[in-house]
Amino acid sequence: MSHAGRERAVWTIGLFFVLAFALIPVLWLLSLSLKQTPDLTDTKFLPTGGITFDNYSQIFSGDIPFPKYLVNSIGIALIATLISITLGAMCAYALARLDFPGKRIILAVALAIAMFPPISVVGPLFDMWRNIGLFDTWQGLVIPYMTFTLPLAIYTLAAFFREIPWELEQAAQIDGATPFQAFRQVIVPLAAPGTFTAAILVFIFAWNDFIFAITLTSTDKARTVPAGLSFFSGGSQFETPVGAIAAASVVVTIPIIIMVLIFQRRIVAGLTSGAVKG
Amino acid sequence: MADIALQHVTKRYPDGFEAVKDMDLDIRDGEFMILVGPSGCGKSTALRMIAGLEDISEGELVIGGDVVNDKAPKDRDIAMVFQNYALYPHMTVRENMGFALKLAKVDKGEIDRKVQEASKILDLDQHLDRKPANLSGGQRQRVAMGRAIVRDPSVFLMDEPLSNLDAKLRVQMRTEVSRIQERLGTTMVYVTHDQTEAMTLGDRVAVMRGGVLQQVDTPKELYENPQNLFVAGFIGSPAMNFMPARLEGHVVKLPFGDAELPEEIRRRLEGSGGGNGGGRGARDVIAGVRPEHFEAANVAGPDHGGIRFRTKIDVLESMGSEFYAYFTVEGQTSSDQLAELAEDAGMADLPGAEDASQVVARLSPEADARQGAEVDLVLDTTRLLLFDPTDGRNLTAR
Repeated sequence: MSHAGRERAVWTIGLFFVLAFALIPVLWLLSLSLKQTPDLTDTKFLPTGGITFDNYSQIFSGDIPFPKYLVNSIGIALIATLISITLGAMCAYALARLDFPGKRIILAVALAIAMFPPISVVGPLFDMWRNIGLFDTWQGLVIPYMTFTLPLAIYTLAAFFREIPWELEQAAQIDGATPFQAFRQVIVPLAAPGTFTAAILVFIFAWNDFIFAITLTSTDKARTVPAGLSFFSGGSQFETPVGAIAAASVVVTIPIIIMVLIFQRRIVAGLTSGAVKG
Repeated sequence: MADIALQHVTKRYPDGFEAVKDMDLDIRDGEFMILVGPSGCGKSTALRMIAGLEDISEGELVIGGDVVNDKAPKDRDIAMVFQNYALYPHMTVRENMGFALKLAKVDKGEIDRKVQEASKILDLDQHLDRKPANLSGGQRQRVAMGRAIVRDPSVFLMDEPLSNLDAKLRVQMRTEVSRIQERLGTTMVYVTHDQTEAMTLGDRVAVMRGGVLQQVDTPKELYENPQNLFVAGFIGSPAMNFMPARLEGHVVKLPFGDAELPEEIRRRLEGSGGGNGGGRGARDVIAGVRPEHFEAANVAGPDHGGIRFRTKIDVLESMGSEFYAYFTVEGQTSSDQLAELAEDAGMADLPGAEDASQVVARLSPEADARQGAEVDLVLDTTRLLLFDPTDGRNLTAR
């Protein structure tokens, strides 16, 4: 075997192991969700006892308001993403382009917020939200999600904005664009890969969050899927709802996969090639 | 159509650095004005102040009779071509060229017509629907020019538009730029560090050094009658030769020999106050000799005046139509202006012989010169330039 061939083989094997390591829990979940209730504890990896979709129909038709959780999750995550990216883009643009006093401090504070453990603020938030009426509402979750994802959005977007040559904006200015037109029509389209990257990260954070969702909600009004899952109960007192939870977990993973697949094509770098000689 | 006037314009950065110092420049309507100088001389800053991309610290900028110091770039009726083109990569060539008109809310048919027209001038009609990434360097450059042309502005600003092209294309685009300016008749301000571009393109050329305007003149005047060492050394390729000389009465002592100064030069020396009081006394000067003022004795013939001398040719370069002969003479010149030029050319730390200067002569192909052999040369002293060694002033300026 040639040297290049051997190297390739080693890489392939390595990749296979990493992939298997990452995918086995997911596949196991998928397998569990397709098993019939008696087979759940048969210790077999594959649903050999026959495939059933009962678990799926149960979560969508049972007494658990799973669809309501899904709507909450999607709505809250999308709103948080939209606000976080809009604010983050404007802030990142200012940080990347303007020279103003306190710039470093703003970046440092943003980073500090990102480092803050959510568990330490969730208690005080619980009290505050109850006092000002944000407890158990969509806004009540959108606000902390936005706060915790803004630093991430700012950092990612600022890096992308810095990559865009200054001259493009100056060219736009000379072409008669106002600063906002230059931002909207030249900079934002060029920073699209960065925007999508940031958007996905923010969305995933909001989508996956459990601690805020479980603490700051009390009813189905604003409870998201991760929180809702913990309220699943079996058909009887002695039955664990493993199948239903597995099915729900598979369902909540799907939107994320779809998001990534849609935007993957847009998260390719090199969109700015051709702007300037380089 | 507009004329531009810079009146005592200064650009001072917050750290106190002055990029442009008290610049006075009048650019006439329809004129092709070149700003030239080594890197860091303030030429681009001056252009960007005209464009409105840099604030003016002091002085006034007048375009078409209006003071525009505080006007935004879009209100100055200018178009600019950037050094790296700055095309919008997410737009097609058509959209790139029409962007300014779209912002100005010109109707679609009109935009199409203008883009079509400009693309015909620039030979881009086949590429209108492509993105900049799929164009060659020369095509991108033309799109950048097209974007300026469709605007039909009263002033064109160009910031080293050809410096990113390779040598052959640059020559071709140079004639293109010339043709377009001729055709449009728009006032054009063009920044370059390439003296060849400056000489071939400009109606007038403004030479800058360290933020200070050195001389504004036609290319011919700059070449024949530079005001100081810097301009003399910057304009011309190969560059002018400089060597130490001594003025004694009506005689100038050059490393090649002594020569009686022609009447014309003597008169100019007196006029500039650079003379030595009616022939008495002596002073040191720096002599400037263009390479083409040398000729081989066998070509010049015996009747040719000037200094005849014999020297050994170190290196002989044949260009086909001419020879460049390099030889050394004793004595070195020292001047901060020349040092700056050498630094800009990247020659500052080339090893050189102590106390000797290299001289290049442009000889006709019939010269019987050979590398490493001695040859008789003639120097035409009627076109000799003499400079003050302390301030670099041309003592023989008209």
